[in-house]
Amino acid sequence: MSFFKKLKEKITGTNESVTEKFKEGLAKTRDQFTSKINDLVAQFREVDEEFFEELEDLLLQADVGFETVMELIDELRLEVQRKNIKNTDGIQSVISEKLVEIYQAGDEGTAELNIQENELSVILMVGVNGVGKTTTIGKLAARFQAEGKTVMLAAGDTFRAGAIDQLVVWGERAGVEVIRQSEGSDPAAVMYDAIRAAKNRKVDILICDTAGRLQNKVNLMNELEKVHRVIDREIPGAPHEVLLALDATTGQNALVQAETFKEATNVTGIVLTKLDGTAKGGIVLAIRNKLNIPVKFVGLGEGIDDLQPFDPEKYVYGLFAEGLELEEQQEDK
Amino acid sequence: MAFEGLAERLQGTLQKIRGKGKVNEADVKEMMREVRFALIEADVNLKVVRSFVKTVSEKAVGQDVLKSLTPGQQVVKIVQDELTNLMGGEQAPIQFARKSPTVIMMVGLQGAGKTTTTGKLATLLRKSHNKKPLLVAADVYRPAAIEQLETLGKQLTIPVFQRGTDISPVEIVRQALEEAAEQHHDVVMIDTAGRLHVDEALMQELKDIQELAKPDEVFLVVDAMTGQDAVNVAKNFNETVGITGVVLTKLDGDTRGGAALSIRSVTEKPIKFIGVGERMDALEPFHPERMASRILGMGDVMSLIEKAQANVDEEKAKEMEEKFRTQTFTLDDFLDQLQQVKKMGPLDELLKMMPGANKIKGLENAQVDEKQMGRVEAVIQSMTPTERATPEIINANRRKRIAKGSGTSIQEVNRLLKQFNDMKKMVKQMSNMQQKGNKKMRMPGLDSFFK
Ligand SMILES: Nc1nc2c(ncn2[C@@H]2O[C@H](COP(=O)(O)OP(=O)(O)O)[C@@H](O)[C@H]2O)c(=O)[nH]1
Ligand SMILES: Nc1nc2c(ncn2[C@@H]2O[C@H](COP(=O)(O)OP(=O)(O)O)[C@@H](O)[C@H]2O)c(=O)[nH]1
Ligand SMILES: [Mg+2]
Ligand SMILES: [Mg+2]
Repeated sequence: MSFFKKLKEKITGTNESVTEKFKEGLAKTRDQFTSKINDLVAQFREVDEEFFEELEDLLLQADVGFETVMELIDELRLEVQRKNIKNTDGIQSVISEKLVEIYQAGDEGTAELNIQENELSVILMVGVNGVGKTTTIGKLAARFQAEGKTVMLAAGDTFRAGAIDQLVVWGERAGVEVIRQSEGSDPAAVMYDAIRAAKNRKVDILICDTAGRLQNKVNLMNELEKVHRVIDREIPGAPHEVLLALDATTGQNALVQAETFKEATNVTGIVLTKLDGTAKGGIVLAIRNKLNIPVKFVGLGEGIDDLQPFDPEKYVYGLFAEGLELEEQQEDK
Repeated sequence: MAFEGLAERLQGTLQKIRGKGKVNEADVKEMMREVRFALIEADVNLKVVRSFVKTVSEKAVGQDVLKSLTPGQQVVKIVQDELTNLMGGEQAPIQFARKSPTVIMMVGLQGAGKTTTTGKLATLLRKSHNKKPLLVAADVYRPAAIEQLETLGKQLTIPVFQRGTDISPVEIVRQALEEAAEQHHDVVMIDTAGRLHVDEALMQELKDIQELAKPDEVFLVVDAMTGQDAVNVAKNFNETVGITGVVLTKLDGDTRGGAALSIRSVTEKPIKFIGVGERMDALEPFHPERMASRILGMGDVMSLIEKAQANVDEEKAKEMEEKFRTQTFTLDDFLDQLQQVKKMGPLDELLKMMPGANKIKGLENAQVDEKQMGRVEAVIQSMTPTERATPEIINANRRKRIAKGSGTSIQEVNRLLKQFNDMKKMVKQMSNMQQKGNKKMRMPGLDSFFK
């Protein structure tokens, strides 16, 4: 069975509407990217050096980054040799297969959130400025609520103007309580309060917002470490998840962000936001490749439902869908 | 995982070439590959890179590089000059309307920094141009966007016009313009909602606002960390509303900021300001030559010097600049600088601006090894005044004494002396390279003291 068929079965076997949503959100990304791949395949009958160079360019333009692209191309070269592929007809499935493989090189099944049974789970949201932390918290809260869990939010961004109000609005939208202090207060103190409240009210999940900070600001990173420490002190082993919000529009700096935040707070997963635009967020491949941090969710809009669990196969499928379908049709003929 | 700068990359390439004597055309080609890598790693759009490298190659082959004894530096210089040219020429001032009020509209993607920049720019206009701005809250979509602008307005005591989230942004702007006329505001700043450049409905809304308000300036606010997609964003916004300038935000981060070049080449509109922090005074004019160094990973020495000057007394700074220029600075001066730098606070932030700072030992994670600095200080402090002024006289015996006195090793003393020497040589080369009329000083290689 071809890779495409396996993929398709797997996806349609799961949840049609989710897949649709994912496809829709990625439509613009995909349109651009796949039409380019199609052009590429149409243009080059043979898999030769020139073809690889063009492919390299395509991936670079998706922000995958130099090193990872080079690795990928090298592996593809080997694969093409091994399978003795001469023309471009079958190349697209090989490409997607390889991308998924790179992505899955690390652990399996890490997309699951680490949620405790019958006790409080704490999720800490971190990231640079304006990437979508607060919005993602709103979406996550609604998602957990829908699963029947009780949720509380902590307004840990006490710095940016209006940040607390913003989280409060999201709390109202999702129907969950928000623990807050006044602007300018110590974020660690907010966390302390929130944990107390969450324990008292026996909620299942506490999601903590933090102020955006650029990873090269040492004092702000120290502050974040302190927040992390306070949470850990109140509940040993917490936070159970530290989610790093990354803007899909971001280029190579995202790798530095992932690295630095991982060191400061032991990031357990990435939320790749704003994937509804035309940016491809290819840097997550590099991040997975080098730092082995899995992407757990993708943000596909500003609405409360615009959050989906990340599935690498769907992600790649989204990027290549049209091209793959074309190949499939030819195969069937 | 910080990336190597162009200079380091070229060094690597040149090491392979060296020994052959002069470079040939193939070597130049090899060097251009490094230029390409460096630009792509800085997030310059691939297409932009391509045309840029083509232009630069032609210059390099046609020019002195082949004959030069320092081909690496030549290439860096050509690349740097060309980048600087592309990004800007003269600094572009704000266009004020002949007839008040001047209307300024902020547009861009979500989270780029529009609202923050609105506050910053209003502050600047009031302070430097004596204006009386009115801020208009035209973002009715993002939760608490109005509260955000109002909070800033309160902080700055600048009035904010808002009509809640129930009426359309176009109508809000219409009413705001009336209010501005009544209250004699000479500047109206419209803070619009973030939107995707491919969101047709919202882009149309932007167009409607623009047609109504006929802004004198439309600033596209772009996050400096933006990757390859910057060209699409800039192109769509420019085509829809006809931007007049760009504000590049979050440059206080450690991104190379190649998006600056991408945006400039697709829109041909000037980058007018840069955002360098979250506070309301963190807005600066754009300097193309600094941006060029930054994209190439050569550090932002000018900003460093400026920062130093803000903290160090004027006299001393001038003296130091003069010493750099005339190459009469001594180890004493160096020690002095070290101590000044230490006083300036968050050291790691300062060091980040230095060329090759990512290579500094102990700085791997944006942490300065202050101990290492202390050792350098100790070595210099163990020298006699004559030794500091004329390090040439420091022979083996003296080295031994200095090492002992400072509690370091002879190797460390040797290294410091060698590096000081290298730095002097580099300063000399650089200042020879400086063009006439350009008196700005650079102090390359300072970082090597901490390696
Ligand atoms: N299009 C789009 N916009 C988003 C997404 N996530 C967040 N945003 C927007 O990005 C901006 C910044 O988000 P916010 O949550 O305030 O970021 P924070 O500063 O990291 O907390 C807001 O305008 C959000 O509406 C997404 O997935 N897609
Ligand atoms: N470090 C830094 N943060 C900035 C800068 N400009 C804006 N921000 C932050 O970026 C985030 C988004 O800014 P905002 O003005 O809300 O963006 P908008 O959605 O475009 O209006 C906020 O956390 C700001 O504090 C800057 O120049 N440097
Ligand atoms: Mg926030
Ligand atoms: Mg805003």
